[in-house]
Amino acid sequence: MYKILEKEDIAPGEKLYVLDAPDIARKAKPGQFVIIIIDEKGERIPLTIADFNREKGTITIIVQEVGKSTMQLGNIKKGEGILNVVGPLGIPTHIEKYGTVVCVGGGVGIACIYPIARGMKEAGNRVISILGARTKDFIFWEDKIKTVSDEFYITTDDGSSGKKGFVSDQLKDIIDNKEKIDLVMTIGPAIMMKVVSETTRPFNIKTVVSLNSIMVDGTGMCGSCRVEVDGKTKFACVDGPDFDAHKVNFNLLNDRQKVYLKEEKEAHKKCRLEERISGNK
Amino acid sequence: MAINKNKTPMPSQSPGERVKNFNEVPLGYTQEQAVAEAKRCIQCKNAPCVDGCPVEIDIPAFIKMIAEGDFIGAAIKLKEKNCLPGVCGRVCPQEDQCEKVCTLARKFDPVAIGSLERFAADYEQGRGKIKIPEKTKANGKKIAVVGSGPSGLTIAGDLAKLGYKVTIFEALHKAGGVLVYGIPEFRLPKSIVQREVDYIEKLGVEIKPDYVIGKVHAVDELFEMGYDAVYVGIGAGLPMFMKIDGENLNGVYSANELLTRSNLMKAYDDSYDTPVIKAKKYAVVGGGNVAMDSARTALRLGAEKVYNVYRRSRKEMPARDEEIERAEEEGIDFRLLTNPVRIIDNGNGWVKALECIRMELGEPDESGRRRPVPVKSSEFTIDVDVVVMAIGAGANPLLTSATPDIKLNKWGYITVDEKTGMTSKKNVYAGGDIVTGSATVISAMGVARKIARVIHESFKYEK
Repeated sequence: MYKILEKEDIAPGEKLYVLDAPDIARKAKPGQFVIIIIDEKGERIPLTIADFNREKGTITIIVQEVGKSTMQLGNIKKGEGILNVVGPLGIPTHIEKYGTVVCVGGGVGIACIYPIARGMKEAGNRVISILGARTKDFIFWEDKIKTVSDEFYITTDDGSSGKKGFVSDQLKDIIDNKEKIDLVMTIGPAIMMKVVSETTRPFNIKTVVSLNSIMVDGTGMCGSCRVEVDGKTKFACVDGPDFDAHKVNFNLLNDRQKVYLKEEKEAHKKCRLEERISGNK
Repeated sequence: MAINKNKTPMPSQSPGERVKNFNEVPLGYTQEQAVAEAKRCIQCKNAPCVDGCPVEIDIPAFIKMIAEGDFIGAAIKLKEKNCLPGVCGRVCPQEDQCEKVCTLARKFDPVAIGSLERFAADYEQGRGKIKIPEKTKANGKKIAVVGSGPSGLTIAGDLAKLGYKVTIFEALHKAGGVLVYGIPEFRLPKSIVQREVDYIEKLGVEIKPDYVIGKVHAVDELFEMGYDAVYVGIGAGLPMFMKIDGENLNGVYSANELLTRSNLMKAYDDSYDTPVIKAKKYAVVGGGNVAMDSARTALRLGAEKVYNVYRRSRKEMPARDEEIERAEEEGIDFRLLTNPVRIIDNGNGWVKALECIRMELGEPDESGRRRPVPVKSSEFTIDVDVVVMAIGAGANPLLTSATPDIKLNKWGYITVDEKTGMTSKKNVYAGGDIVTGSATVISAMGVARKIARVIHESFKYEK
């Protein structure tokens, strides 16, 4: 059992959990992920490590409630636990002094970009952070990310916070201002990562994405997380999750993320129904 | 009394019935059947069966106990040499080992050694009271075992009995390795595996699930944590694909993925959360036991039609005859001398059909089997919704890439001294599929048992 030490509503349908996992915290590096299982009948859910504290022995995950399992997790209280947490998995983000690094986080990907921005800052980079979401309610960790950024921008689809538009519009502005960018790191929905990638491609700016494919074991055993990079099949769990954005086949990624759409919808309906019956919500 | 020429048949679920459930196919001997079969053993002096067993079980002795009605004694006798009799009685290829060399087999059916092993193990477990052998006094040495598959469990059990403090680190959330994620419930019930894992724990072995060595702890850190030796038994867990067009379409599974979803995650049971694609038509590519397991799993998930596509002929299939026969009985449609060329999509990112080419057998290749060669312009398509690639597994590099001082061969398998199982890294041993490539449960167990003795010897004279 891994105890939930803190729990917080961070945005509509998005919750933060601080878990007691000292062995994982000791080894975690930016860009890595864990796999959690809620209970005996639960599925294996891959989640990026949004933060870690080696002294306290804790890791932080941020979970968007998109289906039965993540909604069920939302009902577990602080002080209670989840059955399994395994990690840290995946190859850590390559951190070195590049010069100027732009960190672009969209939606729940904002959480994933934080440890990378922090790592890049600690390595002596000039860090420009761009956070994007539908509306201001979905922007979180503004202060936290500001403290590790030299420049900081927000974009929202409706203009309720920061600039109205997409993260890629802000990125394009920075590029057009002739700022020399050495690296762009981006994490978010597949479509956002694709657009960011297309924004930097004409300017030959090195761009790295962190891919969130469907996984089972997370150790290279099943091949569920197959992605295509530079025409070759890679496993996101062990060869990634970071890849050269300009070589990723995003259309395939997008298709493969929908494999279980039908099953998820059915489970979601069932879950909602059970909640109504049990009077949980 | 004349010896019955034939093995006592084991009752089993009928094909029509069993394809609708995930329960075990053979039902096991009754006491009467077991005694009758045990009495077929002539207790020959030279006992070739013992040499035929990779873990050297005293086969005539345990069979004699069954014949005399001492079923618990038989189970204890088995466990002197084999911590996993319930598993081995089910999945060992006895026809190539103990039963192959049985003296009776010269004229009649051999003694059904596997079925008797299974009977004794199940009888003891059914009784609920498992006798734990007396342990040697703790010797203060700590051993780390990486991987809880057949070889890891065996070496852990053997060393625990010798007084070592053993910890098994398992990457998945359940112990058993291929026994829990790979081999299906209908061939090896997970409750049987769990009971044998429980037995290993009762011997004093600590099992830590969710620990990926190479990630959460490096091998060197295990020594820093106080372990005196490390055994690496991580299996061959890297699925192979054919590198043909369409292999990344939705609806293409590795056998590992389909089986892990179904076995480990219990996707076939609606009360579990893990999804699995339930489609009408499947094609499973490959001719080994894993291919048979995948095809039969697909049927049980509700498929209307399951093809098995294999590039050689039935004779060259590496699967056990028993498994091929069961698959045939259940209605798997075998398309032999057939090789996939590409997977065709439906325009929406999903599989629509499998394009194949007919093959014929040419000259023997390095494996001694006749090499399949394509027949020109013989391409044809099979309409399917799901394609399962069961063409073998490679070496998973997760631990080895993080431990560069463990030497590997050109395929990524760990190089060891054959006699001792020692790797190029001091006090690190390796065995099972990560050394040999995909092999059998029992061969991995046999090696583990040998390495347990080597480790014990290495510490015996140490002050």
